[in-house]
Amino acid sequence: MSPLFASAPAIPLGTSGKYVAAAYIVFVVLILVYLAIMAVRAQHLERELQELRRDVEAARAGADAAERPTEAVL
Amino acid sequence: MFFYAPLDADQGFTQKIFYIHVPLAIVSLGGFIFGGLLAIGYLRTGDRAWDMRSYVAIHMALIFGVGALITGSIWAKASWGHWWVWNEPTLVSFLIVLLLFATYQPLRFSIEDPERQSRYASVFAVVAGAFVPLNYLAVNLATAYVHPRVLTLTGAKLPPSMGLTFAVALVGIALLYVTLWKYEMAAKNARSQVRRLRRTLLGDDGVRPVGRSAAPS
Repeated sequence: MSPLFASAPAIPLGTSGKYVAAAYIVFVVLILVYLAIMAVRAQHLERELQELRRDVEAARAGADAAERPTEAVL
Repeated sequence: MFFYAPLDADQGFTQKIFYIHVPLAIVSLGGFIFGGLLAIGYLRTGDRAWDMRSYVAIHMALIFGVGALITGSIWAKASWGHWWVWNEPTLVSFLIVLLLFATYQPLRFSIEDPERQSRYASVFAVVAGAFVPLNYLAVNLATAYVHPRVLTLTGAKLPPSMGLTFAVALVGIALLYVTLWKYEMAAKNARSQVRRLRRTLLGDDGVRPVGRSAAPS
């Protein structure tokens, strides 16, 4: 990497550099905020899936319990 | 873009914003047209999956458009000394397109019936999507502007090294758009399938209301 940086032109950070940096930072922040929102939504979805699994297991357990006495009578 | 592309003779280092601002603007406008084309799919078939694709395409294009607007504003401040110039057709026309598509989500919010919501939103997306190239042509025909004209209808006015850097940046931003579009589509599809599964297994009572979401479920 050092030969690349050695041959690279100096970045004029003092003058227009702050504007260029700001533009690229805005882009990165925008993408990061979007990804953060999507990550929160993915967490909600995961929670919803866990709830669904619990509800389905509870419903199945209830159905099994309802079937058992019938089997005993028969 | 910082090491390969040469410094611009006129603008110097400030011109580096070009490699992020212009691809963002192009991909954003392309995304609006893409959303309109996908909306045609819904109007032809009535399949709500097309509406969801159109919704996500416009949503992503809006985010990229905000990025283009902010980076452009920063570039304007660095080059012209002003954050915004109201008598510049390119800036104002882009703002008009962005504000037009910013009304897309409130339009969806305002309609409760899902079928009507999809139909009205699709018609809006098609009409507004058709407005984008017309707007571009109108701006190109305008004579009074201070915004640089690098990409014209007759071709690009860039030296080869700058042109290559710009092409790579454009492809990169376009790929980012497609990736995020697919990502959001996958997330929305997963959510919709969970809700459908819940409805199938537990009945309508087992499904919570969608809440304040304009997204097609």
